[in-house]
Amino acid sequence: MLRRVQQLKSAGVLGMNRRNGDFILSCNDRSRYPLVDDKVKCKRRLQQKGLAVPGLIGLVESMRMASRVDEILVDETEFVIKPANGSGGDGILVITDRVQDHFVDNDGRLVEQGELKHHLTDVIGGLYSLGGQPDLAMIETLVHFDPAFGSLTYHGVPDIRVIVYQGYPVMAMTRLPTRMSHGKANLHQGAIGVGIDLGSGVTVGGVAGNKAVSTHPDTGAAIEGFCIAGWGKLMEMSASCFEAVELGYLGVDIVLDRDLGPLILELNARPGLNIQIANRRGLRHSLDAVDQYLQETKGQRMSPEQRAEWSGHQFGGHAIQ
Amino acid sequence: MSRNRQWLVLSVLLFLLGGLIFGYKVVRLGYPPLPDVSAEVWLIQARLQMRPQDGPVRASLIVPSIPPGFLINEENFISRGFGLTVDDVPFKRRANWAIRRLKGNKTLYYRANVIPDMRRRGFARRPAYPPVPQLEEPFATALTDIVVEVRSESADTESFTSAILMRLLDESPDENVSLFLSGVNTTRERIAVAQSLLAGARIPSLQVHGITLQANVERASVKSLLAVFNGDDWLVFDAQTGHQGMPPEFMIWWTGKGDLIRVSGAHLDDLQISVRRGSASALELATKRAEKKGSLLRLVSTLQLPIQTQAVYEILLLIPFGILVIVILRNLIGLSSFGTFAPVLIALEFRETELLKGIVLFMLIVSLGLFFRFYLERLRLLLVPRLAAVVTIVVLLMTVISIISNEMGTETGLSVSLFPMIIISMIIERMSVVWEERGALISIQEGLGSLFMAALAFLVMSIDLLGYWAAVFPEVNLLVLAVIVALGRYTGFRLTELRRFGQIAHDQQRKGGA
Repeated sequence: MLRRVQQLKSAGVLGMNRRNGDFILSCNDRSRYPLVDDKVKCKRRLQQKGLAVPGLIGLVESMRMASRVDEILVDETEFVIKPANGSGGDGILVITDRVQDHFVDNDGRLVEQGELKHHLTDVIGGLYSLGGQPDLAMIETLVHFDPAFGSLTYHGVPDIRVIVYQGYPVMAMTRLPTRMSHGKANLHQGAIGVGIDLGSGVTVGGVAGNKAVSTHPDTGAAIEGFCIAGWGKLMEMSASCFEAVELGYLGVDIVLDRDLGPLILELNARPGLNIQIANRRGLRHSLDAVDQYLQETKGQRMSPEQRAEWSGHQFGGHAIQ
Repeated sequence: MSRNRQWLVLSVLLFLLGGLIFGYKVVRLGYPPLPDVSAEVWLIQARLQMRPQDGPVRASLIVPSIPPGFLINEENFISRGFGLTVDDVPFKRRANWAIRRLKGNKTLYYRANVIPDMRRRGFARRPAYPPVPQLEEPFATALTDIVVEVRSESADTESFTSAILMRLLDESPDENVSLFLSGVNTTRERIAVAQSLLAGARIPSLQVHGITLQANVERASVKSLLAVFNGDDWLVFDAQTGHQGMPPEFMIWWTGKGDLIRVSGAHLDDLQISVRRGSASALELATKRAEKKGSLLRLVSTLQLPIQTQAVYEILLLIPFGILVIVILRNLIGLSSFGTFAPVLIALEFRETELLKGIVLFMLIVSLGLFFRFYLERLRLLLVPRLAAVVTIVVLLMTVISIISNEMGTETGLSVSLFPMIIISMIIERMSVVWEERGALISIQEGLGSLFMAALAFLVMSIDLLGYWAAVFPEVNLLVLAVIVALGRYTGFRLTELRRFGQIAHDQQRKGGA
């Protein structure tokens, strides 16, 4: 057991306790949390800063509005309902089509009007919000994921998670939905995590659960060596989020839209640690490198582009042995 | 740096504070650190038997006041028909009984309950130096001779007193000494002579009277000792042997030349002092002791509170131990549960139901509740009414279980009513959400995980020693707090993370090997 601890230490693995104690508590100012926890605020903030986000169709703030949601949705055939203060992907309803009076979700299941409204009232009631406070339901436009990912996903939108430390991207992965995860890009629920080389945007490694995998279990496609187009742009977007919300330890979730390019889906003030498993690499060496670089360039203000470039150079080229 | 270390300072300070209070209570106040320790108590009784003569009767008995090494815990005077006053003079405390007319023989009792006391205390104040007694001849010359002679043979007060006593005890005393000893029979008289001789050298002295506390003595004899003051301390000598030092288990009853008993208007037939040894709960004694001493630290214990409140605090003060278990399970082991501290609340209920029965009842209620919750889901109720419905259903379920179990003649189901229904309802709600979002397996897994944590918290909270400490030494919670603060800055790996990041460790090992 002690040897295992030693191995993890020398691999620079960041544990939950250290993440909370040394990074989140000291880098993330509590007063800025609402900016990322509330997805509506976050979206507006990112838009202000000129960052691309999925469009907002409408907000459902009260039970009365929930019963009249058809007025908002009158022209919509595809959309996503999200709790504004949800966590861990709970309470997200993805509608991809409309058949007469009914909706169709991303699994192809029919969703009746009443069911949809009931879901809205659950969200507003706070069933999915942190701490159970009353919440808002947010109706977003549906992201049409880039067909380039087609062979790497099963019924769902793969997303890209970038950890940004003090404005510098330090690690990235993509989460590929599987049959097991019911199309959700959540590693807990069975999605596959694949590390991304920060320099090139090429996928490396791959983990399902805690085990290494090399092919997608549903499509059979190789998950390693896939190059994400426009990676440089993606790095810059992630780095820019630091200015937008001023959180020192930040998770940026990005999706690639077929037509609109990379869109920032949401930000996370307490990003998970599974990204290390997906990359098969610890975070701490990268975090330390950023700290050291900040020391060296004290006082110099770097633009997001400069930071993204530095990170690409610094952290690119990591290969799994 | 200083801010980073503050937690450590705080933790250490809390630890020391808790430890100090605990230590003081154990060492100085005699609180037993372990439960069920019994301690010695002495039951002392003085029995006075009187025969009436004529006129009003007065009886005055010296009773113990503040004997060093002991503490009078409880005392009572049994004297029907007599008026009683007590003159509270240290070491000359007198109980005065009076009655205008005494019909027939009468027995009066004084009873006291005496407990050992560790605190050191003197039995007299710093005295003034006595004047040299003005005696007639030949006594004056004899006194001078003895003092001069003994002084030449001795070095200090102690050896002077010893030498005087040796002379008085000599089988064939010299002329000067025999002069003083003529007509002297009792020890008290001999002590009085020694006191005169000591006064000749201007050494302050005092008669000390008391009894030796031995198991079950029907008729204890009062022993008189001689105490001399050497300028700093009182030294005690046995006038019968000349030995210095307080005899073991000797309880000073009174000091000075006064008599133990004075009676007027009646004839004293008998005065009997008896001693009996008993035992009492050490805890009770420590509490009494602290109370007598007026130590403020005695307030740091729940024993001062009314009984019903005590019962509540006995449980409340245990909660931090349960919380500590949760902190360890979450931050060191890496388990998670529904609701951060919900397992502790469930654990509290296990105290009422016993562990196994509690677990069965909990599972029964939660699974029935889940069943109804899934049905309610189909009705599409709004959140708050739905939660309210779940709470109501849980209450009804508990009632039904109690009634059924009562009919079946077991009491297990009855204690179910103490289950925290709100907590259970919240767990049912959370479980059903997780069930839908993440699947039945994970939901059941997390539910069982919560139950496991509750069981562990319960096992820790039901350790007898902790329960005892929580009640008697609430300051142990400062120690718990110190540990919690320290754990709050533990940034190492959690046990489950060793497995979770196993792949990375594996890679690292191969890299190292290559």
